[in-house]
Amino acid sequence: MTEHRDSAVRSASTQLSEQGAPDAPVPERRRFLAKGGALAGALATFGLAEHSLAQSGTAAGAETANLPPNVPPWTKQLGEPTASPYGKPSRFETRAVRNLYPGLTEPMSAYSTTPLQELDGIITPNGLFYERHHAGVPQVDPAQHRLMIHGLVQKPLVFTVDELRQFPSESHIYFMECSGNPSFLPPWGKTAAEVAGLVSCAEWTGVPLKTVLQEVGVDPAAEWIIAEGADGAAMTRSIPISKCMDDVLLVYSQNGERLRPEQGYPLRLFVPGYEGNTHIKWLRRLHVVKQAGYTREETAKYTDLMDDGRARKFSFIMECKSIITHPSGTHKLTRKGKHEMRGIAWSGRGRIAHVDVSVDGGNTWTEAQLQQPVLNKALTAFRAPFEWNGEELTLMSRAVDETGYVQPTLEQLTAVRGQVSFYHNNSIQPWKVDANGEVTNGRA
Amino acid sequence: MVALKSTVLAALAAMSMAAPAVAQEGYGLGTPATPEQIAGWHIDVLPDGDGLPPGSGTVMQGKQVYQANCLACHGADLKGTAPWPALIGGQGSLATAKPLKTVGSYWPYATTLYDYIRRAMPFQTPQSLSNDEVYSVTAYILHMNGILDEDATLDAKSLPQVKMPNRDGFYVDDRPDTQNTRCMSDCLKQDAG
Repeated sequence: MTEHRDSAVRSASTQLSEQGAPDAPVPERRRFLAKGGALAGALATFGLAEHSLAQSGTAAGAETANLPPNVPPWTKQLGEPTASPYGKPSRFETRAVRNLYPGLTEPMSAYSTTPLQELDGIITPNGLFYERHHAGVPQVDPAQHRLMIHGLVQKPLVFTVDELRQFPSESHIYFMECSGNPSFLPPWGKTAAEVAGLVSCAEWTGVPLKTVLQEVGVDPAAEWIIAEGADGAAMTRSIPISKCMDDVLLVYSQNGERLRPEQGYPLRLFVPGYEGNTHIKWLRRLHVVKQAGYTREETAKYTDLMDDGRARKFSFIMECKSIITHPSGTHKLTRKGKHEMRGIAWSGRGRIAHVDVSVDGGNTWTEAQLQQPVLNKALTAFRAPFEWNGEELTLMSRAVDETGYVQPTLEQLTAVRGQVSFYHNNSIQPWKVDANGEVTNGRA
Repeated sequence: MVALKSTVLAALAAMSMAAPAVAQEGYGLGTPATPEQIAGWHIDVLPDGDGLPPGSGTVMQGKQVYQANCLACHGADLKGTAPWPALIGGQGSLATAKPLKTVGSYWPYATTLYDYIRRAMPFQTPQSLSNDEVYSVTAYILHMNGILDEDATLDAKSLPQVKMPNRDGFYVDDRPDTQNTRCMSDCLKQDAG
C-alpha cells in the first residue's frame, strides 16, 4: 500500500512539474532571496507568507535582534512557571481563532468557523471546533442534568450523567459538519474557514445509544427517536431508529476531556456522518415514537429546496467532500519552485478512497497521498507536491469515498438542485494562485 | 478524594453483591421516569396532534399575544425585521430564484408551529407562554397567512386538521444525485464535448 501511494505521489510530482514554467527553480530562488532580505528569506524557507507576517516585515530591524548570531532573551532567562491550570496556545498564534460566520450580526442563533487554514492533521482542537447554536450556549450543571428516555419503551428511565458514564464506553474519531457549509450562492468566502470552516473532527467518547436503548427496551413499533436539547431552543430533531441502533453515541467527552459547553456539555448526541444539527447538544430527552416529529428544524429549516419548488426532507448524510487548506485564500507563495498542497477530505458514507488534485483548474488530475489513519467518517489528511514558477494556477481537490462516489463540481450540483437549496454543498473548491503568488477564491 | 472514591467503590461493590442472583437484563442504571416527570418535560407535538395539551386560543387573543411578545422581532406586519424571519408571504415563490420560506408558504404541518412556539419562543424568554397563549398566537399567525378565518379557535382537536398549503411539498432525500467521474486528463475538453 505504501509503495502504491509513493508511486502515485511521484507521478503526481512529475506531471505537475511539467505544467510549470520552464524557469530553473534554483536561480529564481536565489534572486528572490537577494531582493527580499533576511526576513523574506526566513519566510521563503516555509514558502508561504500570510498577511500579518507580510506586514510584520516592515519592522524587520526589530525582528532580527533575536536571530543568529544573537541569542534571544528566552534563552537567557526563566520562562513561565509550571502548572498553569489549563494550557493555552502561544500568544503568537493570533490567527488560529474561531470567527462568527461572515455576514452574521446576531451571536445567539449563529455559527462560527474552524480556522482550517491554520490547522494541521485531522483533529480539531476543542477550542477551535466549529459552533452552531440556536439560542446561545447554556451553562449546564452536570449534577442537575438528566437524560429522559420515554415513549415507545418498556421502561421509561431517567439517567444522570454519572450513570451514563458507567455504561461500557467507546471512543471514535468522527468529523462533524454543518449542513450549510457553505450555501450555493455568493458571496464566496475568502479563506478556507469562510468556504468550509463549518467542519471539524474529534475523538468522541461516550456510550452507544443502542446500549442505553436496550436498558429501556424499545417497542418494535418504534421508527424514530426525537432528540431534544436542554438549551433555550429546546433544539429537536428526529433520527431514524435504524441509525440509533447502528452507530449513534451519547457523548460526554471530546478529545479526551469533557465536552466544552459550546459542544453540548455535559451530554450530546453524536450521529456519525449526519448533518451537524442532528447531533443534539445538552441532550436532555429522547422520545421514542412511531412517526417523525416534523419539528421546525426538519421542515422550515434543514430541508433542501429544489428548482421545482419541492424540497428534500430528512437529508441527513453529509456527502463526500474535500478542500485544500494550504495554500488557500489569503495565503501567498513567496518563492518559486516546489511546494506542497495539503488538505482534508471526508465522507458521511464511510472512508475516503482517493483524493485527486489539479493545478490547472480541473483539466488534469493526479492522485494525492493520503495520510494514515484513513478512518470511517473522519477527516482524512492529504498532500501532494506541486510546482509554481510565477504562472497562474487554479488548485483543486476532488475526493472519492469507498462507495465510489466522486465529489462533484458546483455546476453539477446546481444543475440538479438549482441555486437555492442552500444545504449540502459539497462541491470542488478552486483556489487561484496569481502571478504574485497570492491565493484567492477561484470562484470570485 | 481517594477516601471518597473508595467509599463509592465499596458502596457499589456492596450493591452488586446485594443484587439478586437473577441477573438483570441490562446494567440496572437509571431510575424510572414518573408520569409527572415525563409530563413536565415532554413538549413534543406530532403531526397527528399527539402531544397537544388541553386548552384553546382564538385569532383575536393571538393578536394580543403577538403584539406583546413577537412584534419586536417579527414586525407589526409579520414580515420580519432582519435578521429575524418573516412569518407570512412567499406563497408561490418556492420555485422562483428568490423563494421566501414562511409558515404559510413552506411549513408542511400546523402542529409544528405550536411545537416550535411552545419550546423556543419568544427567543429571549422561551417556554414562558401558557398553552392557551400558544394556541392563540398559532391561530393568529395562521390567520395572517390566509389559512384560518378571523373567528377561528384552535385546540387539540382542530389544530391537526389544519391543512397547510405546502403539505405535499416535501419528499424523502434521494441523494446521491450527481454522477461525477474520476476523469484524470483532458477533463475540461470532455466536459465541453
